Amino acid sequence: MKVINVCVGSACHLKGAYNVINKLQDLIKERNLEDKVEVKAAFCLGECTKAVAVKVDNGEIISVQEDNVEQFFNNHIIGG
Amino acid sequence: MRKFETHVQLIKYKVLKEVAKHAMEGTLMDEIFNIPKKIIPGPDPVTRCCVYKERAIIQERIKLATGGDKNNNNIIEVIDIACDECPINRFTVTEACRGCLAHRCSEVCPVGAIFHEGQRAHIDQDKCIECGKCKEVCSYNAIADVMRPCRKACNANALSIDRNKKAVIDNEKCIQCGACVYQCPFGAIMDKSFIVDVVNLLKEAKENKDIHVYAIVAPAISSQFTDVKIRQVITGIRKLGFHDVVEVALGADIVSLHEAKEFTESVTEKGVVTSSCCPAFVSYIEKNYPGLKDNISNTVSPMIAISRLIKHLDEKAKIVFIGPCTAKKMEIQREELKDDTDFVITFEELTALLDAAGIKLEECEEGVLNNASFFGRIFARSGGVSEAIKHVIEEEKLDVEFKPISCDGISECDKALKIARVNKLKGNFIEGMACKGGCIGGAASLNHGPKDKKEVDKYGKLAIETTVRDSLRVFDLDEINLDKKPRKDNN
Repeated sequence: MKVINVCVGSACHLKGAYNVINKLQDLIKERNLEDKVEVKAAFCLGECTKAVAVKVDNGEIISVQEDNVEQFFNNHIIGG
Repeated sequence: MRKFETHVQLIKYKVLKEVAKHAMEGTLMDEIFNIPKKIIPGPDPVTRCCVYKERAIIQERIKLATGGDKNNNNIIEVIDIACDECPINRFTVTEACRGCLAHRCSEVCPVGAIFHEGQRAHIDQDKCIECGKCKEVCSYNAIADVMRPCRKACNANALSIDRNKKAVIDNEKCIQCGACVYQCPFGAIMDKSFIVDVVNLLKEAKENKDIHVYAIVAPAISSQFTDVKIRQVITGIRKLGFHDVVEVALGADIVSLHEAKEFTESVTEKGVVTSSCCPAFVSYIEKNYPGLKDNISNTVSPMIAISRLIKHLDEKAKIVFIGPCTAKKMEIQREELKDDTDFVITFEELTALLDAAGIKLEECEEGVLNNASFFGRIFARSGGVSEAIKHVIEEEKLDVEFKPISCDGISECDKALKIARVNKLKGNFIEGMACKGGCIGGAASLNHGPKDKKEVDKYGKLAIETTVRDSLRVFDLDEINLDKKPRKDNN
């Protein structure tokens, strides 16, 4: 099980974290990955400048925007 | 220099700041006896007979600032030696006295405090125990009852004056709302402070990466800081060492949704449901209307809801609530809520912490705080809870009739509860707020201005999320227990 932690602290929230989460949830559903990938909201991941801050399991913080969610998903979840 | 509404706030602030500063520097135990002299340098006294007494009072304030009397579980304490200046003799004989023959007043006085001289009754104030019997029996209504500020402030009827004329708090009745703390002109009643614990926790977290200390901020923050932007305050709080700052208003969103559902399920059986977010109001029902205990909503308060959410998402979390409320300090000590919120501090105490750490808010860059919806944010004012629940009922299309009665202050709450007790309430939901105006009128608010209500709504409109649903759309709330006590059907 891969866990995608998406920061929902204020800075990330304002940059669209909630929409990023909802898009990730849609992608997981679309591709029938419910058993393999989970999205979790997390409070401050400590890198507010990288908003929206996303962390896959215990990996590095990756900066994701609303418009590149799918690209992130393909690169880090499917390809990762 | 920071501006305060009164000198009482100022002196409390000075003590808290010194205590916080030494706690931060690790010198509190060494310096604790030097603080009074630092705050009262002398040589002339300001409000009392001499500097020695003023310093003795400061020492008592330090005791309260460092947790107070451990054997007294009330958050609110009277500083005995500071409570002796009240200029008001509660009962005085007025011009209306005719110097009659009956002398019912002196006959009824249990301590022989009334004497007659020059065709007029007089009260020997040294003997008077303020029982009020003379007033009751006077045929001319000639005895005036001018109550002390603290007693006047206490709508829970928990304050009395003892034989030595000191204020005494009846813990059985006190709801810890802090009204007396705010109203005593001499600051002789104070709330216990846990800033030292908070300072120590933040220090520990600095060394230990496995501790994340979260500041959760009450929505009443909207009316607290007039000279700087809220966004600067957020940066300031972070600079104190908090891992993140989260709005309690998000907890209020959670509560609105949960409480609306609970209301829908239980109102037919209960008839009337009351709100549960104000701990002083809840305590008032428990102490004065035990028959209505089961009518109190079983939903936790926004503070507890957000604490549980954060702890669910981050197992390293420790949580400090920052608000305008003294009763919240009592709420977190309730058996069923232990381990949720770790500490409660007030806006007054936050100010002291920031200044002790040398953080200049006006120089702080603007941070961000945006976790909740408009509805979560308006919980801070009277009427907000009802509006939020009404909104959820409409949005979720819940099939229930919602008739709220918003009670602003304990006196209004009492009226509604009295009527509810005899099943005559023209409504089915009582929104109870112990403080006038709601949380923005809280005892430990920095400002109690008339414009505060507008500030709350203005601040509410700045929330990024519009509806409660929007605000909660990324959280899996099914995994979080939002009930105070396990529900009967779960047993």
